[in-house]
Amino acid sequence: MTEAVTQSEFIAALLDPDRATPSGLVDPQNNVADKRFAVYRNNVAVSLTEALIVAYPVIHKLLGDEFFKALAGVHLRQFPPRSPLMMHYGEDMPAFLEGFEPVAAYPYLADVARLELAIRKSYHAADTTPISPEDLQNLPPDVLMQSRLTLAPSLKVMTSNWPIHAIYVANTTDTQPTNLSGAQNVLIIRPEFDPEVHRITDAEAAFLTALSEDKTFATALEAAANLDAGFDLSRTLGLLLAGAAITKISSPKET
Amino acid sequence: MLDVSPHRFDRLPDSAGVGYKPQHFSEIMNDASPVEWLEIHAENYMGDGGRPIAQLRALSERFPISVHGVGLSIGGEGPLDRDHLDRLKHLIDWLQPASFSEHLAWSTHDMGFMNDLLPLPYTEETLARICEHIDHVQEHVGRRMLLENPSAYLNFAETQIPETEFLRETAARTGCGLLFDVNNVFISATNQKTDPYSYIDAFPLDLVSEIHLAGHEEDTDENGDPLLIDSHGTPVAEPVWEMYRYTIKRGGIKPSLIEWDNDVPEWQTLASEAARATQVLQTATV
Amino acid sequence: MSNTVKNLAVAGAVAAALAAHTTGPAAADGEKEKCFGVSLAGENDCAAGPGTTCAGTSTVDYQGNAWKLVAAGTCTTMEVEGGRMGSLEALDRDLPA
Repeated sequence: MTEAVTQSEFIAALLDPDRATPSGLVDPQNNVADKRFAVYRNNVAVSLTEALIVAYPVIHKLLGDEFFKALAGVHLRQFPPRSPLMMHYGEDMPAFLEGFEPVAAYPYLADVARLELAIRKSYHAADTTPISPEDLQNLPPDVLMQSRLTLAPSLKVMTSNWPIHAIYVANTTDTQPTNLSGAQNVLIIRPEFDPEVHRITDAEAAFLTALSEDKTFATALEAAANLDAGFDLSRTLGLLLAGAAITKISSPKET
Repeated sequence: MLDVSPHRFDRLPDSAGVGYKPQHFSEIMNDASPVEWLEIHAENYMGDGGRPIAQLRALSERFPISVHGVGLSIGGEGPLDRDHLDRLKHLIDWLQPASFSEHLAWSTHDMGFMNDLLPLPYTEETLARICEHIDHVQEHVGRRMLLENPSAYLNFAETQIPETEFLRETAARTGCGLLFDVNNVFISATNQKTDPYSYIDAFPLDLVSEIHLAGHEEDTDENGDPLLIDSHGTPVAEPVWEMYRYTIKRGGIKPSLIEWDNDVPEWQTLASEAARATQVLQTATV
Repeated sequence: MSNTVKNLAVAGAVAAALAAHTTGPAAADGEKEKCFGVSLAGENDCAAGPGTTCAGTSTVDYQGNAWKLVAAGTCTTMEVEGGRMGSLEALDRDLPA
């Protein structure tokens, strides 16, 4: 009776090239099938590496192909996918980059990865129907102030201590980087199917964050004004309208 | 009275289909001929929304869709992933596809999802487990599924049951249908030094509701023996076309799919592969 | 700032945003379909996976316990304030098992 190869043994050897091929896996001559087993090893490593390249094109460009693939090889063994949905694979990458010593010289990478992850989440977020601009127009200002706005799940706000917007733009377009300094925040909106990445101010980020935390319009406005007395509400609202990002206005009942 | 509900197809046509790739969307919507149906990988349409779902919705109003799962891990030692079963049910409920299939393989274990279709030994124990899992799937999603024969690079010394027998018995016990991948038969037979035509002869073709055709890569193992890799990145090989013709002659006309997943070509290349399958379907049985 | 003044400012901002928001009717179906046609990341494949030829089964993906690699992408040419200038020192490090 031949000894069975358990799936635990199979996977352990699959992910660790230093382990021997399980002896119950054989070629047509009944010898241990090292190179044949290597096909499975390779399928896993290469397909997950490719998935990470597709998931993190900017990180890939920042680090270069060879370095990124080597890093992916470490990452995929430490963090194999937890779910069969490859569209979500790589959620551990930002934290991984923070702790991965070979990239310690580039402390902004983790936030750039967070931005790429947020774009992907926006891409796959649920579809929603935006309010019509007239709904906003028809609301008396004092009622709007006491209202709460529901934002689309495809909208993402991200703050960073690094110039993530400039880094992102420099690595996704032909434009030369102009200002790669300072802290930057981004707003991701998805007008139809393609997420857009906009740079926003601290005040705008505070306003949108407060709205997404279900604070009233007045409270959100105050949070923004506390950071910047010249907060440009019309620009922010313009972005929300362009991004089809306001899905509901909840006004207090009239008393 | 106007029928405003989207057009639904309750079975795949006995003609050529292709594996759907998003880059071909516009061409398919403009002129899909000779392709009459499409297959999607279930997992790519399990997001909450956005373009993938919108594309699939639009396609499903024009074409019969086959949902082909690649991540359920039916051959896994552990229980099936409940969340994944729920996602599958949700997709099948709204899409009402013409067919639903999965693989005789596993991909998930405690360590995670390996993103590859991994092999399993064929024993009474694995047969019982596979049948239990298929019962579970069919019960959960509320419809019959097709199970696909895998491609193998190696053998399990512990295997006791021939693959054709294993699949026949699985179908008999669970009531599932079978998906016959001709390229996989050629790959496994070449890699295991067995005769692919004997495999076809032993296969219960009467239980087959769909056929797969794809390309492979050629390699050799450390002894210089052929080692074919199931790459889905090239045109269907000539010996596979020959086997396909033989299969159709023997088993009758079946919905037949061209799979091309890596180095995806221009639509025209894919469509001409489908045209070739159509030609075989039209001439093999006369 | 009084509530009245605030409300006026908000009303003005809303009006300005709406004026700038050139909505137009929702995109025609044809345009929408065009929009469907482009895709992004994260697709599953039931193929063996990219690069699974002979070449793929050799070294790179599971070799050794250390690499000496230099990041060679755009991070080496970009100066990011707050970060350090891209280092060209070789990295030599034991990888986790």
